[in-house]
Amino acid sequence: MSPSPPAAPTSGAGADRLFGLVTAGAAWLVLLVLGGAAASMAWGGRLAFEAFGLGFITSRDWDAVSGKFGALVPIYGTLATSIIALVIAVPVSIGIALFLTDIAPRWLRAPIGTAVELLAAIPSIIYGMWGLFVFAPFMAAHVEPWLSDTLGPLPVIGTLFTGPPIGIGLLTASIVLGIMIIPFITAVARDVFNAVPTSLREAAVALGSTRWEILSRVTLPYTRSAIIGAIFLGLGRALGETMAVTFVLGNAHDLSASLLMPSNSIAAAIANEFTEADSDLYRSSLIALAFLLFVVTFLVLAAAKLMLMRIGRTHGRTH
Amino acid sequence: MKTTTLAVAAAALLTAACGSKSGNESAPASSQQITGAGSTFVYPVLSAWAADYQKQSGARINYQSIGSGGGISQVKAGTVDFGATDQPLASDELAKANLAQFPIVIGGIVAVVNLAGFKPGQLKLTGPLLADIYAGKVKSWSDPAIASVNPGAKLPSANIAVVHRSDGSGTTFNFTHYLSQVSPAWKSGPGEGKTVSWPTGVGGKGNEGVANYVKQIPNSIGYVEYAYVVQSGMAYAQLQNAAGTFVSPSAETFSDAAQSADWAKASDFNLVMTNAPGANAYPITATTFILMPKQPKDKAKSDAALSFFRYALEKGQPQANKLDYVPLPAALVKQIETYIGASLK
Repeated sequence: MSPSPPAAPTSGAGADRLFGLVTAGAAWLVLLVLGGAAASMAWGGRLAFEAFGLGFITSRDWDAVSGKFGALVPIYGTLATSIIALVIAVPVSIGIALFLTDIAPRWLRAPIGTAVELLAAIPSIIYGMWGLFVFAPFMAAHVEPWLSDTLGPLPVIGTLFTGPPIGIGLLTASIVLGIMIIPFITAVARDVFNAVPTSLREAAVALGSTRWEILSRVTLPYTRSAIIGAIFLGLGRALGETMAVTFVLGNAHDLSASLLMPSNSIAAAIANEFTEADSDLYRSSLIALAFLLFVVTFLVLAAAKLMLMRIGRTHGRTH
Repeated sequence: MKTTTLAVAAAALLTAACGSKSGNESAPASSQQITGAGSTFVYPVLSAWAADYQKQSGARINYQSIGSGGGISQVKAGTVDFGATDQPLASDELAKANLAQFPIVIGGIVAVVNLAGFKPGQLKLTGPLLADIYAGKVKSWSDPAIASVNPGAKLPSANIAVVHRSDGSGTTFNFTHYLSQVSPAWKSGPGEGKTVSWPTGVGGKGNEGVANYVKQIPNSIGYVEYAYVVQSGMAYAQLQNAAGTFVSPSAETFSDAAQSADWAKASDFNLVMTNAPGANAYPITATTFILMPKQPKDKAKSDAALSFFRYALEKGQPQANKLDYVPLPAALVKQIETYIGASLK
């Protein structure tokens, strides 16, 4: 007993230092891996960048036979599907979250909450197969003919809905993606809505606010930065989603304004073509695509951070 | 005290991990294992042969169906004992990598359609017409060019939905090689390759992907391997061959193509059998080729692989037939054995 008390503090301090080093190492490792991944992809894609320069980003060619590669179509497909998915998923997710926190009877909250969380646990390949076998035929038979008949003839918006209704294309992929990211946004939104102080809400009710006014003037402004964070979490997932998109996007290197036409995304192109990319330039172009996906994701997340900082400055609060 | 226990525990874990790893590695080395990689097309029949061969000889064949391109680069790098490719390599490329090449099994690529009321084989297409459909020049099923080869058939006045492969594939290579043979416009346009710049259509991943798209998109056309057509009962098109006859894909018409192809003149069997001249030859008949190093690092394993392929060529016909592949004609097998004897010893 007697020798251990003086020994304990020194070994405790050593353990503290070791623990500090281990956690710092883990944190630095993330940065190292991130930097390493970016650098190795840039290095792997150097052949493509050397051969095509900036044209790699602006060219819509993707021709393995004549060795011409351009990333415009996959970049467009990736951004278009992700943005449409967000347009679909954000209102639905916020609606679900509000229903769960404010409107639903107490006994209903747990089952719906669990169901939404289960949705997040479904592997993406299952979404892809569901999209291909169930959802795409439904779109082809019921939704797309109606869209091209009613919206197709309209002047500007019509170009978005032309083409044969085959059920496979940008719109179907976007909706499947939207469904996939709903649980992510919903889960975060529900938690932050729950964190709004009851006193604030009660005060708004006492002033005679309607539900809509509570949402738009109390809940959303109070939780704005967290909701934006949740949206970008969903966007990050949508940008990199591979399997589900591959199944329903059509995997065609075509640039078309119509949402009913097939397109390609960066992740889908890599998954589809890597195994048989037998020339060095072809393989390098695919790695360069991966690098571009990295850059796109990085830019999107940086934009999100910037937006959060600006909101934090104007509202004096960052969470 | 705690740090030392941690360190000891970590060291114990490490040694345990290393110990189990080395234990695992040493186990399979005792039994003979032949490794190969490449074509996904040949995978089903190769595994059936491998299972049978293991029962007889005890040698295990570990085949990774990573795609023809992967198979070529792995065998060049010497990480596998053999590679399998759907696209033959030219003699100079083989010589540079010091590889031998021979065909192992035959299959066919079939144009499948989803047309209401059409039974398998009821639709007829010519090669140039198929090329024009895939080029997006013939857009509708009611096009006079299609009607003229299908007199009396009730063709819908609907747009043709074209389905192609989205991944690089030997199937695509053989298909586009055929289109290039029959259509100068295709040859100078998209050309031939394991993946080409498709002028139109949607891309499905793998044979399954194309088959599913065709099943689900009304008025669509796609191309898949013969086995998928047999197993799924999809409607396919008869194709006009080089002799002018309309033929259905079948073991007989594939075999006819293989017999009429001029193998004797092709050095290192560098021959793609599309548009073969035989009277009943199916025009998109494809072959899978085996690649093996002429001076292998491990002679014993290479010999074991060779005797496996001899077994497959001589006694593997029932398994091939059962899985809807076509065994090589006897004359070709004889040529291959002479070739193996001369270049692989």
